[in-house]
Amino acid sequence: MNELRIGVFVCNCGTNIGGFIDVPAVAEYAKTLKGVVFAQTNLFSCSESGTTSIKEAIRENNLNRVVVAACTPLTHEPTFRAACMEEGLNQFLFEFVNIREHCSWVHMQQKELATEKAKELVRMGVARAAFLETGEMTDVDVIPSALVLGGGISGITAATALGGIGIKTILVEKEKKLGGILKDLYKLYPTGEDASKFLDKKIKSLMKFKNVEIITSTEIKTIEGYIGNYTVTVKKGEKEKEYKVGSIVLATGAVSYEPDKSKGKDFFNFDGKKIISQFQLENKLKKGAIKEKNIVMILCAGSRTPERIYCSRICCMTSIKNALLIKKANKDTEVTIVYRDLQTYGTDYEEELRKSKQAGIRFIRYNEVKPPTVDTKKKSVMVYHELLGRDIELPYDLVVLATPLVSHADVENISQKLKVPVDEHGFFLEAHVKLRPLEFATDGIFLCGCAHWPADITESISQALGAASKAAIPLLMGKVTVEPIISYVDEDKCSGCGICEENCPYGAIKKDPEKKKATVTAVICKGCGICATNCPEQAISIKHYKPEQVFAQLEAAFKEE
Amino acid sequence: MMEAGRHPNINLLAYSEVKSVKGKAGDFTVKVIKKARYVNETECTACGKCFEKCPKKVPNEFDMGHGMRKAIYLHFPQGIPAIATIDKDNCFYFSTGKCRVCEKFCEKKAIDFDQKDELITLRSGAIVVATGFDVYDPTHLTQYGYGKYKNVITALEYERLICAFGPKKGELKRPSDEKHAEVLGYIQCVGSRSLKDNRYCSSVCCMHATKEAMLAKEHDPKAKSYIFYTDFRAVGKGFQKYIKRGEEDYGIKYIRSRVAEITEDEEKNPIIWYEDTVSRSVKRKKVDLVVLATTLVPRKDAPALAKVLGIELDDCGFFNTDPFTPTDTTKKGIFVCGYCQGPLDIPESVAQASAAAERAADVILAGSLCSQER
Ligand SMILES: Cc1cc2nc3c(=O)[nH]c(=O)nc-3n(C[C@H](O)[C@H](O)[C@H](O)COP(=O)(O)OP(=O)(O)OC[C@H]3O[C@@H](n4cnc5c(N)ncnc54)[C@H](O)[C@@H]3O)c2cc1C
Ligand SMILES: Cc1cc2nc3c(=O)[nH]c(=O)nc-3n(C[C@H](O)[C@H](O)[C@H](O)COP(=O)(O)OP(=O)(O)OC[C@H]3O[C@@H](n4cnc5c(N)ncnc54)[C@H](O)[C@@H]3O)c2cc1C
Ligand code: SF4
Ligand code: SF4
Ligand code: SF4
Ligand code: SF4
Repeated sequence: MNELRIGVFVCNCGTNIGGFIDVPAVAEYAKTLKGVVFAQTNLFSCSESGTTSIKEAIRENNLNRVVVAACTPLTHEPTFRAACMEEGLNQFLFEFVNIREHCSWVHMQQKELATEKAKELVRMGVARAAFLETGEMTDVDVIPSALVLGGGISGITAATALGGIGIKTILVEKEKKLGGILKDLYKLYPTGEDASKFLDKKIKSLMKFKNVEIITSTEIKTIEGYIGNYTVTVKKGEKEKEYKVGSIVLATGAVSYEPDKSKGKDFFNFDGKKIISQFQLENKLKKGAIKEKNIVMILCAGSRTPERIYCSRICCMTSIKNALLIKKANKDTEVTIVYRDLQTYGTDYEEELRKSKQAGIRFIRYNEVKPPTVDTKKKSVMVYHELLGRDIELPYDLVVLATPLVSHADVENISQKLKVPVDEHGFFLEAHVKLRPLEFATDGIFLCGCAHWPADITESISQALGAASKAAIPLLMGKVTVEPIISYVDEDKCSGCGICEENCPYGAIKKDPEKKKATVTAVICKGCGICATNCPEQAISIKHYKPEQVFAQLEAAFKEE
Repeated sequence: MMEAGRHPNINLLAYSEVKSVKGKAGDFTVKVIKKARYVNETECTACGKCFEKCPKKVPNEFDMGHGMRKAIYLHFPQGIPAIATIDKDNCFYFSTGKCRVCEKFCEKKAIDFDQKDELITLRSGAIVVATGFDVYDPTHLTQYGYGKYKNVITALEYERLICAFGPKKGELKRPSDEKHAEVLGYIQCVGSRSLKDNRYCSSVCCMHATKEAMLAKEHDPKAKSYIFYTDFRAVGKGFQKYIKRGEEDYGIKYIRSRVAEITEDEEKNPIIWYEDTVSRSVKRKKVDLVVLATTLVPRKDAPALAKVLGIELDDCGFFNTDPFTPTDTTKKGIFVCGYCQGPLDIPESVAQASAAAERAADVILAGSLCSQER
């Protein structure tokens, strides 16, 4: 391609842009820019008629670069890329300028300035377009099997689902037995089933699938690779074994917070005997009837505090469940629940709350400013009663603390091995809180259950089925397509310092031990550019965002043509 | 929406209704009525000329009646697919035989008054139901004065008012006098958690009230928000942090209380009378606008749809599922996700949608029911 022939298409987006920006003026301005041989406005560039007219313009004007000034690449980049390709123009010679989210929507009150800004954005896009280069998508083969990490109810469900649709699956559990937290529970809300019976049933249906291999007492030693192509080394005692998988479901769950007995003084006088956690109570219930006559349950013990600000979601219902079980076994037992807010959300849990009130369980609200205290001498829980305006005394022979679910102590370890992030509380961080709750920013790894955030069984099961479905997609497609917008290394400049390797959040760039030069694995690289900005030799650049492409755009931002 | 609209394997039938479902898991025959839009779908580009010129104005349902639309209209600007529709009941041509203004101005000649409802027969191995919720009409809860006082609105109406594409272009003007609402009162659990109305908790309204109060402040730094609640339900990921931010950075006041009644002064300012359940005293608060967090209820047509599909409803009227098989309905091969099966917020609905997709894929890929019996 010798002569630059840039076409600019400025979109009205109905009135979304046209209502606030003088779109014809922007198109006229575009015509004055260097390299631009054609410019027009569209009412909706993305519509059938919009793309048809773009295609016509490419053909008739022999365009070799296309700039569309419209909405966001997130919604329509594929549309316009496709239009270019249909006219035989490489899709990477297309440039998107966002004049909606970045302009008309945020400057609705200042129409003239918005128009000026739109012109500048278009000028920048055109400057960049002049330096664009062609690129090709590549297909990468996929190993059609999956790894599920963690064998709690989430992992069991995900593995059963994957097995059920015919995918070879490896389930790795670090404990001797499958089941996670459920192994230690007595009965389950909201169904009232036996936790162990429920678990047995689930494990049995998992066992039916011959294509699922379950390995317990096993931990992950290393995970290398990328979507479609992971090599997982597991360790069972001294023995090691290697597996190849295409995608991974992370279901490592959480643990019930157990306070340190030696520090019990600072934690409602927790002693693990007369002052215990709900988790311990489950075990006690499993062993037989509760003999204590006065039971006080303190909610939000160790949660919703400055140090652990979150609500653990399941402990209100766990407390109500156990209170009801105790009350049902012996209606003369006094059970009092001391709470802050009751999290009986949804349909079933609100009903359980109603039942527990009918059963005579007493509820007293406390204010976090004056939390209850446990007086072990008087054997009373002291609660500041807001309505009465004074402390009241609740005699106890058993205090049960609703402690939150917290992350595993070794969560950092998994996070590093898989190169996926955790939040400040050690729960894994998904790609998007609202729209991609089961995915990581890294392709090929999916998330479910309490590893993500405290969840009840219903929610864990939903998420596990969902994660299995997501993990199955690349495996069933048989290939993944990667964009060429990735980092590449100029080996002549690379000094082999390895700074890029340290900084890459995805593990995509590594120092080749033989060549002593950085090398990039295309499928893993997200083109984020961190390596390029950190490279002291400026040996790295990102395709499609090369220095000359970015600088041309920047220069255009500051100069008037 | 875009993703679904663009996906090569997804055939989107909008403005369509399922009429009958026959068969069983692995082999359903579904009859769908594709309603006439009176607009040619392949020609219409949603350019807007027709609705600019159409002489008939009707209250816009999407804006909960707070704005107007024409007889030919888009359901909402970003809707997928973007195709105009003529609302036959309100169109002058259909009622009087005269007009056809839209036809004259449509450059693409897309208007087609002779279009007929189309009956489409589909065959599918599995069905996923994701029909969502309705908002509860609080008019009969006379203590809140909804319907009587103009400045008492529902949360969904509020969402339309504060939306940049809404009828007020994002300016929070209150209905009675278009005055900017600066002091806002949000009343939680309206119609929810009550044996007289809806027994359950809608699960999303404590959080959306917080979001709405934050939006008010972002639109107008002078805005002050008061949220009147019973229990504050903030159990999702990062929610407690969010409400802390609401209190500290946005100055939202959370008041644990029971609202007894709303009255109005001469300037049509609502006055909220409430019992502060912390100090057990009766107090009042004058505000510019009241936002009611009304229950999210099963859709009115849920019973009819359940009948067509042959599935059952639960005690609250949502599609029935067992807690531990959360996306399986009472009929094999038919799955549910989202609010139509019970209260869920967006991330929960999205996660559950993937779950339902998995269950559906199971039927189709397994090609038999063996793995269905899990
Ligand atoms: C006291 C208590 C009572 C409860 N009662 C109920 C109830 O009645 N009803 C209800 O719906 N919910 C209840 N819950 C919540 C319920 O326990 C969770 O919803 C459920 O356990 C979540 O399952 P999971 O698989 O996500 O996590 P987990 O149960 O935590 O399972 C995770 C598994 O992963 C394994 N693992 C962790 N790290 C690794 C690693 N690095 N490598 C390999 N394996 C690993 C763990 O050993 C474990 O087996 C209760 C919780 C508690 C604490
Ligand atoms: C005022 C308000 C604010 C909210 N704010 C938030 C928030 O900030 N964050 C958040 O996470 N959640 C929020 N929510 C909750 C959120 O709206 C729901 O979680 C979500 O909409 C549920 O999605 P859904 O797809 O299940 O249902 P819906 O969004 O109700 O979608 C159902 C769809 O099905 C269609 N449909 C219905 N019946 C039929 C039929 N018979 N045939 C064909 N199609 C049919 C409907 O037209 C609709 O398009 C809010 C809710 C309200 C009321
Ligand atoms: S679920 Fe209940 S007990 Fe647990 S942290 Fe939340 S409010 Fe506290
Ligand atoms: S561009 Fe980002 S993802 Fe790619 S190698 Fe560099 S740092 Fe890693
Ligand atoms: S024919 Fe109907 S839809 Fe068309 S312009 Fe007239 S009233 Fe509007
Ligand atoms: S989410 Fe909050 S406002 Fe909504 S019903 Fe539940 S407790 Fe009431």
